[in-house]
This record gives sequence, structure tokens and C-alpha cells, in this order.
Amino acid sequence: MPTDYVIRIAGESGEGIVLSGEIVTLALSRSGFNIFTFSTYPAEVRGGPSMFQIRTGANRLRSQGDSVDILVALNDDACDENLKDLNEDGLLICDGTPEKQLNSPFDKKVINCPIPITEIASKEVGVYRCKNMVVIGALSNLLNIDYSIIESVIKEKTSRKGSHVLEKNLLAFKLGFDYAEIHKTKPIPYNLGPIGKSEKLVISGNEALALGALMSGCRFYAAYPITPATDLMEWLALELPGVGGVVIQAEDEISALGMVLGASFAGQKAFTATSGPGLSLMVELIGIASMAEIPSVIVDVQRGGPGTGMPTKTEQSDLNLALYGTHGDASRIVLAPTNVEDCFFQIINAFNLSEKYQLPVIILSDQSLGHRKESIRRPVMADIKQSKRLRPGDDEIKDYRRYGLTPAGVSPMAIPGENAGYYVAQGLEHDEYGSPCYDPENHLRMTAKRFRKLQNISGDINMFEKYGKQDASTGIIGWGSTEGAVRDAFERLDAEGYGVEVFYPKVLNPLPDKAIRNFLKNKKTILVPEINYTGQFAMLLRGKYLKQVTPLNICGGIPFTAKEIYSKVRELCNR
Amino acid sequence: MTRYTPLDYIGRNKPVWCAGCGDYGVLTALFNVFSQKKIDAKNVAIISGIGCSGRLPDFIKAYGFHGAHGRALPIAIGVKVANPSLNVFVVGGDGDGLSIGAGHFPHAARKNIDMTYILMDNSLFGMTKGQFSPTSPCKFESGSSPYGTLEEPMDPIALSLIYGSTFVARGYSGPSKLNDLINLIRQAMEHKGFSFIHVLSPCITYNKVVTFQSLNAQVVDIDEKHEITDRNEALALALREEKLYVGLFYKITKPTFGERLITISEKCGKRGLDIERLYVNFT
Ligand SMILES: Cc1ncc(C[n+]2csc(CCOP(=O)(O)OP(=O)(O)O)c2C)c(N)n1
Ligand code: SF4
Ligand SMILES: [Mg+2]
Repeated sequence: MPTDYVIRIAGESGEGIVLSGEIVTLALSRSGFNIFTFSTYPAEVRGGPSMFQIRTGANRLRSQGDSVDILVALNDDACDENLKDLNEDGLLICDGTPEKQLNSPFDKKVINCPIPITEIASKEVGVYRCKNMVVIGALSNLLNIDYSIIESVIKEKTSRKGSHVLEKNLLAFKLGFDYAEIHKTKPIPYNLGPIGKSEKLVISGNEALALGALMSGCRFYAAYPITPATDLMEWLALELPGVGGVVIQAEDEISALGMVLGASFAGQKAFTATSGPGLSLMVELIGIASMAEIPSVIVDVQRGGPGTGMPTKTEQSDLNLALYGTHGDASRIVLAPTNVEDCFFQIINAFNLSEKYQLPVIILSDQSLGHRKESIRRPVMADIKQSKRLRPGDDEIKDYRRYGLTPAGVSPMAIPGENAGYYVAQGLEHDEYGSPCYDPENHLRMTAKRFRKLQNISGDINMFEKYGKQDASTGIIGWGSTEGAVRDAFERLDAEGYGVEVFYPKVLNPLPDKAIRNFLKNKKTILVPEINYTGQFAMLLRGKYLKQVTPLNICGGIPFTAKEIYSKVRELCNR
Repeated sequence: MTRYTPLDYIGRNKPVWCAGCGDYGVLTALFNVFSQKKIDAKNVAIISGIGCSGRLPDFIKAYGFHGAHGRALPIAIGVKVANPSLNVFVVGGDGDGLSIGAGHFPHAARKNIDMTYILMDNSLFGMTKGQFSPTSPCKFESGSSPYGTLEEPMDPIALSLIYGSTFVARGYSGPSKLNDLINLIRQAMEHKGFSFIHVLSPCITYNKVVTFQSLNAQVVDIDEKHEITDRNEALALALREEKLYVGLFYKITKPTFGERLITISEKCGKRGLDIERLYVNFT
């Protein structure tokens, strides 16, 4: 028996796929299971194929799963489209009666459980839109997901729409359940009945970032809506005012970052989130934040690019922009969370680092990480450490040098309104006082100061994650959201006796050079998986560490499966 | 601060402006306003764009932010929202505010954010040595328009009125109107809401068309009978082509952005940091 299952609900955008997926997700979480979701949907508001996939099991899950155990298809197109991903012996729930012939006949041994989804919804319930609830009913019955748990989730999720809607939803749910009960012909080999009470949160990467920001004391958020970062803003818009915070929808991303810099200059912890096109617009002010030494946090939930690209698809192609974007030599920190729980901790790191070192910190998430939900341990407020900005003391105010040269490069930052530490936050090159200064020696001195700040951060946070056999001749080094699939692949390879070591830097700038050099040293084969076309990280590794690496690039807008990594490593090892 | 003479507000940097530049008038006016109102400089934040005009924060004792070309308004909004007790000023040129940063002007104005925006207009780009700007007159010959400009000039007062500023005035940095400029800036500062002052502030080095001389002949005080709460009347006055009116065009009271933000927190309710309540969304 496998330890976990993959359920996929597929249909068309507008058929309530996401809602049904979320309901099943919550019900399974409350039944004590871990969750890892994955969904695809078109950028357009209506129409186009859409699917919601839930991987669930008793243990922690790190990737979306290689194939599908249970496929629910709300219409024939969705069935045709998704059947190829269904396991040999999987369960298929399609829209139809037992006599129904599938458009695309298959020779798999799948258990076919047709349910007349559309007919039940439109005729018996009288509401076509209730198709998704019929599906949930059928799933509840066939997979033994606790009836009353689902029922209460449906109530919570849909009662806002009025008692009439709720009534119809519950009816559709019951009819789907009953139909499956009467018509199932074979025993179903899946049991997702409750195994305990879950203490975990089921939360998306974007939600984890927003929650982490709120819990690290951020009270100012400004942004311009953009997929796939908008939900982060909407969550904060709802919650930040309750803790005395402010959310501003700016007229564009330049303005959004401008507001963040202004708020931070005035003493607030502030941040913005965007996606590639927005980050492109922000780069000039990232340079200003670096030059004027303004603490600031910028989240980039990457999507397919360039141009408007693929708004609802994932990609890791903003690495170069985050590392190098803006003119001049601009010091900044770039963090790459590897999973949803990590999103929570990395945004706390981001605020702490930006406050401590007074520079912009960019977090590189991506669509798949931002939108997927995972089960994470409940963060505890008492565990969250908050770094404070270095402030000038009374004696320093007398001859106040905002940009005073210090061994660590960090100078005390006065806050308007607090004391007489008048200074100009200066975008021009400046001397220690903030007065414009173009002396050649000064520019070198000040640039070095701004970069010196990067030297000490390894004392503040965990710079990387490393696992596997240190003496292995095969290594995998990647960044960001691909870590989960790599970890799953690694475990399989490890169990099969393949010696592999894995390295994931959490900080992409400054990179943990020493640790990376050590890791690369005795490896013969180094795989660098990335969701981009040009292999931006692979290029960086080659250039910086003068070591040949093997890039593994996918560029289709969807994340790696563990199988893709696993197969590639096997291929390389057996060559 | 213990003393509040205009000289007590002189900043640590000497002005780098050409001797005789109109911008000195604005700087002098600010020194005087701060002195008159006995403002503690620690409570002042002057946010500027890039340009000759944008250098002003360096020359005055106050907190300053000399950021990116055209981005002073968003930065200032962040400052004011983060600390509403600060006196926030934005200063910048006609290129900064009406060309590269023009997209921010309407949004700052319609927020009615409580700050004073002083647009120092010399009808060209001074800093980059004399190219035409959005307020250069049509057919204006400049470094980048040797055969004359093709565009009609923008009207900052009319735009500001339409954008929703609740205080709209025009000043002139010429010596004859310096006292009026001081009064306008003081009133703007006292006004609760977004105050816009368009200051005619000639570039003596590059502008041979819009000069102190030409302006002296053009500027006319707004008639005392002008109804400052009537936006249509203010607009009509702004659009009169034969005269360049100086004085207060428009002033009304509306809730500021800060006051509106309070209504949001009231609607949301003071929940405090209740982590368990937040977690309910995720369980
Ligand atoms: C993004 C960007 N583009 C161009 C410039 C060059 N530049 C500096 S100041 C300026 C124009 C300034 O004109 P204005 O705002 O009218 O100020 P003035 O110097 O006339 O006071 C330009 C184009 C710049 N600093 N940044
Ligand atoms: S170039 Fe013109 S605007 Fe700039 S300082 Fe000189 S006179 Fe003033
Ligand atoms: Mg100008």
C-alpha cells in the first residue's frame, strides 16, 4: 500500500473546481492527514481547463506526486485530457451513467465509477453550478472521507452565500454521496477516514508569507495587484487593519515600492509583493533602497515570462533580475524559500535582515509555491525573533553621520520625529553625513561599506540546507520551490542505493560560497534543476565556482515532479 | 530646537544652484515659514525628486529623502501614513512632477493625503542643462528642441484642481512676491489635506523665454473677490490665457487619507494580534 494518494479534480474554469478542492483539502486535514495541493487554471476569468490536485497521506508531503490515483472529471474534455496521468489501477469518477462509453477508451485496469454529475446537479438539485458538490459527495463515499467533517466544511465555506445556496449545496453533496453508495460495483481500495486530529495549518505559500509578515511586526503593505501575488494583498487587506496596520493599493509597482521606502524611512517595517512585470518596474527604486540604505522587503511570486508571459504558470526565471536588477553595483539580499513552511520563516528572516543591515531584501517565491497549500506546523509567536534597527544614541546625534563608516558597514539610522538626527536619505553618492559627494575614493569607500554589510549575515540565518552522502560523486544543487521534488527523488534514490548529495542555498545573494565550494569539490556530476529555459542558476554556478554542471531545465509553466528528477539522476549515474 | 529664526533652518550643505536661480526664493520662503510657525525641524520630512529643484532638502535643516526622478510623491505618502504627526513636504521640478512622475500626481491628490507639494516650475529641465519640459511654451527652442517644441504646455493648476487637490495655489519666487509665497506655503502647511503650490521659479541659466522679466510682466494677483471654494471658478481662472494668476485658487475641506484610514480600522475592528483567530482560516 502506498503511504499517500493523489486526488485530482479536473474540469473547466467556472465549474467550481477550486472550491471543491479546498473543501476536500480542509476535510482531509481535519481528518488528520497531511496535504500538498497543486492546481492549474487559466489566466482568463472564465473558460479554459482547470484542475485542483490534492496529495494526502499520513506523513509529510513535499511534492505534488508523480501521477494520479483518483481522477474526478467534471466534463468529457477534462476526462480525455487527464486520463493519461491516471495510474494503471486508479479510480476514475467521470460524468455519466454506468452505460456511458468514454470518448477515449483506455486499456488500463482503472476502476470506473461514473456519476451523472451534471444530471444530478441540474435535474435533481436544480442548480447546474452544484456539480462540484455532487463530486464532493461521491468522493466522500468512495474514499470514505468523513461525511460530517465534509458537511461542516461545506457549511463554513458556502453559508456566506445565503441559506438557499447552502441548502442546495448540502443537497447536492448528499445526492452525490448516495448515488455513489448505490452504484459502486467494486470494492474501492482507498480509505481516507479520520486517522486523528490535525494540529497543523493548511496554508498556501502566499498566505504563509502574509502571515509571517504580520507576525514579524510588519504594519505597512503597499502593492499593485498582479497574478500570482494578489491573494497575498487581499489577505493582508483583510487582516492588517485589525492589528493597526495599513494596506495601500498603489497606482503602479513603482509607487508601491516608493511607499514602502517612505514608510520604512519613517520607521515602519514595510513590504510589497509582486510578480515579474512588477519587479521589472521596481528595479530603479531597489537601487535607491540600496544606495540610501533603506530597510525594505520585496516579494516576487514569479510567473512565466518574459513580457506578460504566463500569469498563472510557474517559472524561476526572475533569478537574474532579483540578483542583478538595477543599474550600478547595488547590494541586496535575495532569499529563496523552498516550501510553504519556509515561506513563513524566510519572510521573518527578510524583515530581520533588512532591519539589521538596512538594505532591500528580495524573496523569490513562484506561482506553484505561492498557490499550493501544504500542511505546516503551527507557528508560535514566542519563537519569532525580531531584529531592531541600529539607532543613533544622543552622543551620536550631535555630529550625526547617517552613513558613518563602521567595521560592519551598518550605520545608525535616525527616524524622523524622534530626535534631531536630521539627514537626507540620499540616492546620490554621499559622504558619511549624507551630503552628495563624488570623490573617487569616497565612491569606492561607500560602495565597499554597502557591500560589507553582506559579509556577516551567515551569523544571522541558516544560509543553506544540505543532505545526503557527503562523499557522493553525484550532487543536486538548486534553489527555491524545486526542493520538494528533489527531496522526494533523493529519498527514492537513496533507498535504492544511489549515492547523492543535495544542496539548497536559502540565501541566493550573498551565496554561502564556502559551503558551496565544499559541496562541489568532489562531485563528478552536478545536476542543477531549474524551471527556466536558460539555466540562470547553473550559469551563475559555472561562472562563480568554475565548475561544470549539468542543467536540468523545464519551461512549461508547471513544477517538477519527483519522477523527472529521479529519472535524470538515474540516467546520469548509469551512464 | 531652541531658536527659530530663519537662519536656524539652514542645512549642512550650501546650495549648489546658480546664483540668481528662482529656487532660492522657495528655499527662503520655507526658512521663513518654519521660523514663523516655530516648527521643530525634527518633525519635518522633505521628500524630493531629481532635478535642480530636487536638491532643496540638502540645503535645509530637516529630515529629507532625495530619491528617484519622479517618485517623490509615493515616497512621501509612505512617510505620512507611517507617521501622521510629521509635516511632510514634497518638492520637485516640472519635469519631475509632470513628465516622468506625472502618473503619481493624480493619485496623491485624490487621496487628499495631508502634505504640501511644491512644484518648482522653470519650464524646462534645468539639471540636464536645458531641454524642454511639459510646461515649456509651444515652439520653445531648447537643447532638445532646436527647431521648437511641437507640444502644447500642460497646466499644473488646472490638472491639480481636476485631480482633487483640496488646496491649489500659484506662487512666484520673484522678490516682489516672496512675501506672498511665504503666506501661501504657510497656509498650505496649515491646510489639512493635499496642498499643491505651483511656484513659478525661473531658471536664469537656460531659460531665455520664461524669465523673471517676462514673469514680472505676466503675473497678476487673484482678485480678492474670487470664491476659493468654487472649483469651476478656480478652473476658469486657471485657464484664462492672457494672465498668469498668482494666489490661492481653491481651498476646501474634505476628510484626509489619514482620517479615511481610521474608518477602515473601525470597520475592521481592533482585533489585536490574535494568532489563534488567524489560524482558524487555515484549519
Ligand atoms: C530615470 C531618470 N531619467 C532621467 C534622469 C535625468 N534627469 C535628471 S533631472 C531631469 C529633469 C529635471 O527637470 P525638472 O524636474 O524640471 O527639474 P529642474 O532641474 O528643472 O529643477 C532629468 C531628465 C534621471 N535622473 N533619472
Ligand atoms: S540650471 Fe537653472 S534651475 Fe538649475 S540651478 Fe541653475 S538657474 Fe537654477
Ligand atoms: Mg524644471
